[in-house]
Amino acid sequence: MTAAVKTPRTGFDALSVGVVLAAVGAYALVAAARTHEAMFQIHMYVLLAAMALGVVGVIVSGAKPKSAAQSTYNDEIVKAGVIAAMFFGVVGMLVGVVIALQLAFPSQFYFPELGFLNFGRLRPLHTSAVIFAFGGNVLIATSFYVVQRTTKARLAGGVWAWFVFWGYQLFLALAASGYLMGITEGKEYAEPEWYADLWLTIVWVAYLGVFLGTIWKRKEPHIYVANWFYLAFIVTIAMLHIVNNLALPVDAFAGTSVSLMAGVQSALTQWWYGHNAVGFFLTAGFLAIMYYFIPKQANRPVYSYRLSIVHFWALIFIYIWAGPHHLHYTALPQWAQTLGMTFSVMLWMPSWGGMVNGLMTLSGAWDKLRTDPVLRMLVVSVAFYGMSTFEGPVMSIRAVNALSHYTDWTIGHVHSGALGWVGFVSFGALYALTPWLWKRERLYSLRLVDLHFWIATVGILLYIAAMWVAGIMQGLMWRAYNDLGFLQYSFVETVQAMHPYYIIRALGGVLYLIGALVMAYNLWRTARGDVAIQERTPASAPAAVPAE
Amino acid sequence: MSEHKKDIDAHSGVATTGHEWDGIKELDNPLPRWWLIIFYATIAFSVVYWVMMPAWPTLTGFTHGVRNYSDRAVVAQELSALKAQRAPEFERLMQVSAEQAEQDPALMNFARAAGKAAFGDNCATCHGAGAQGGKGYPNLNDNVWLWGGTLDDIEHTIRVGIRSTHADARFSQMPAFGKDGLLTEAQVTDAAEYVVKLAGGPAKDAAAVRGATIFGEQCAACHGADGKGDRTQGAPNLTTGLFLKADPAAVASKDWTSLRGSIVAQITTGSGGVMPTWEQRLDPATIRALAIYVHSLGGGEATVDPAAATPAAAATNPTR
Repeated sequence: MTAAVKTPRTGFDALSVGVVLAAVGAYALVAAARTHEAMFQIHMYVLLAAMALGVVGVIVSGAKPKSAAQSTYNDEIVKAGVIAAMFFGVVGMLVGVVIALQLAFPSQFYFPELGFLNFGRLRPLHTSAVIFAFGGNVLIATSFYVVQRTTKARLAGGVWAWFVFWGYQLFLALAASGYLMGITEGKEYAEPEWYADLWLTIVWVAYLGVFLGTIWKRKEPHIYVANWFYLAFIVTIAMLHIVNNLALPVDAFAGTSVSLMAGVQSALTQWWYGHNAVGFFLTAGFLAIMYYFIPKQANRPVYSYRLSIVHFWALIFIYIWAGPHHLHYTALPQWAQTLGMTFSVMLWMPSWGGMVNGLMTLSGAWDKLRTDPVLRMLVVSVAFYGMSTFEGPVMSIRAVNALSHYTDWTIGHVHSGALGWVGFVSFGALYALTPWLWKRERLYSLRLVDLHFWIATVGILLYIAAMWVAGIMQGLMWRAYNDLGFLQYSFVETVQAMHPYYIIRALGGVLYLIGALVMAYNLWRTARGDVAIQERTPASAPAAVPAE
Repeated sequence: MSEHKKDIDAHSGVATTGHEWDGIKELDNPLPRWWLIIFYATIAFSVVYWVMMPAWPTLTGFTHGVRNYSDRAVVAQELSALKAQRAPEFERLMQVSAEQAEQDPALMNFARAAGKAAFGDNCATCHGAGAQGGKGYPNLNDNVWLWGGTLDDIEHTIRVGIRSTHADARFSQMPAFGKDGLLTEAQVTDAAEYVVKLAGGPAKDAAAVRGATIFGEQCAACHGADGKGDRTQGAPNLTTGLFLKADPAAVASKDWTSLRGSIVAQITTGSGGVMPTWEQRLDPATIRALAIYVHSLGGGEATVDPAAATPAAAATNPTR
């Protein structure tokens, strides 16, 4: 790419984005006028306003003079992603605390006058906010950062990268407001209705285009392992999203749709999607983060190139089969359950390949764990990753699943992965990125990182220990019979027995949320260029004090 | 490759692959042996499992495996075995009368166990795990019954429900005296004061006297002149002090301020709860067991045998 072709290329990018925005805006206008559904109409007005803002944004950005910025990396979009991730992280964890309190104290946290605050509305808000809003923004931001650094190329597609960022935020807004209003397809982790799904599809294809385009014009001969994982994440999520959301809208201007699949086919498709969302969104994507940020922060080479190749391909090929383990002892034929279970068992070592590579990269730098709380966070995330990717195959074994299925053990398992692995590796990446992006010598306060680390770790331990006890107790109570063959406990008794553990779980969530708030404060002060008074050294003080 | 070999990591002494991205290098370490061995072991386990159990789809079905095991067949067998094991007891339960069942400790034991299990899954959500009830949900441990406390009464109530969708549902409707303007607010308060007096509470005399007149005109038709209720139409006995639509804690502590408020609210709205009909959900034997369980909780009343009862006894108990 020479400088000569850059200008018409940028013009084409802006024009093509404009065409997409105008087309979607035109549909939104017609749909808002023609529909009979009030909630759908609200969403169409939101869509219309967003498209109009987008067109204005494209024109304004096109009018700005392009100078040296073109030759360097696009870091502005990564900054935006860091801010969005931190914001949605706090919101999503707050909603999580609210629903944990609703489960622990159902009569105190039940608001009959405010139906949108019901557990059924807030639960998908929590899961989508932490997975897709927090996790998704971390993935988009880090992938845009990592792919530029490891290809030595500026992000491809010009304004399309911004289309991906803002388009994704629009999808999140449609999804979240839809949940609160009661718009849902009723598919776990895939609740948004068809029009939001289609919008995400457009955004995701653009994401793939920007990412692949950047790799295409790379100035490095080889593609770094983190980029394989990012690419696997982007491609597979596109496939999962499209297939699981195949549905027919009841009308071109209606917000509701009918799934193309029914019965056990629908259930299997849903869990093929659901499990691989864990596999490719929450595992492959965050392994990509691990593969860049751990060697970078530890300043050590990756332990084994061969292991990274073997565990990458093994993970990709085996993960996609494991979904049926969510449907043990259901209407799903037993042979499909067998495949789900055995592929989950075989998945153990491919998952652990990432852990081995992450932890062994530390060899020669273990001493840094004492002095660098950011690295400690990244390393502990890998430890939680190893624990939950061992627990997963164990729970997929049918005999174990007979006890664990439908119990809170599953919730504990999910959260050891979500809080311990995804959360901590994201925190580590954000702590590392913020000084790099805002060009600061160091973080505002390493002591606050340390505080965050310990509060959050205690929170996770309370959470998962409470859910282990509650879940296993619940499973044992459900299967207890008396000598006449009648059930020993009623369902209500099992719910009563879990009450104390629900309180402990909520407490764990509160601690984790406090940790995230401490982090948000720390990042904000870092971006401003401050250094905590107690931590100023003669070397750092002069660099940090001048206002920038 | 030879030039790559030159780049040796100082700490580990292992060569790198010679690539570098943004300062990140990769060591050329082999796969950890333990990792590879466990990976192969999980694959071997899976292959053995596939050979033994139903596993792979084929064009016409699936591979059944050496064990030819089927969860569904096993569950069906276990369920029918359990059913066969319990069948004699359930059959006898339907054949004997309540009195005969009570004379048979083994049968009673079985019925209580079956009833308790059914109660936990179907009734406890409203009536509480210990059948202690709650505000608006009757306590089934005491001897206060709206529609009768004999075994037959209880069984019938379970079968048809109260204000349910069943054609023969037990049905009663207290008017919403206050809400529908049948009584003024002052009259409602006075009537409530009389109810307080009926229940033995600290009633204000003047109001209770005025309330007595209102009670005689509006309430006595169902609740009886003496306020002792009428089970044929589900009208509660108001003299016990055990008010259904009041906070159970207030009932227990005789908190008359709270109870008076609940009485006023009930006269104002005339609300009535719903109990589902269980005829379609549970089989007759389970309903019988459930009735025996509830009857045995402490408040069950003896069945009055019309043939054995003397005319005098029948006359003193006209409701049942």
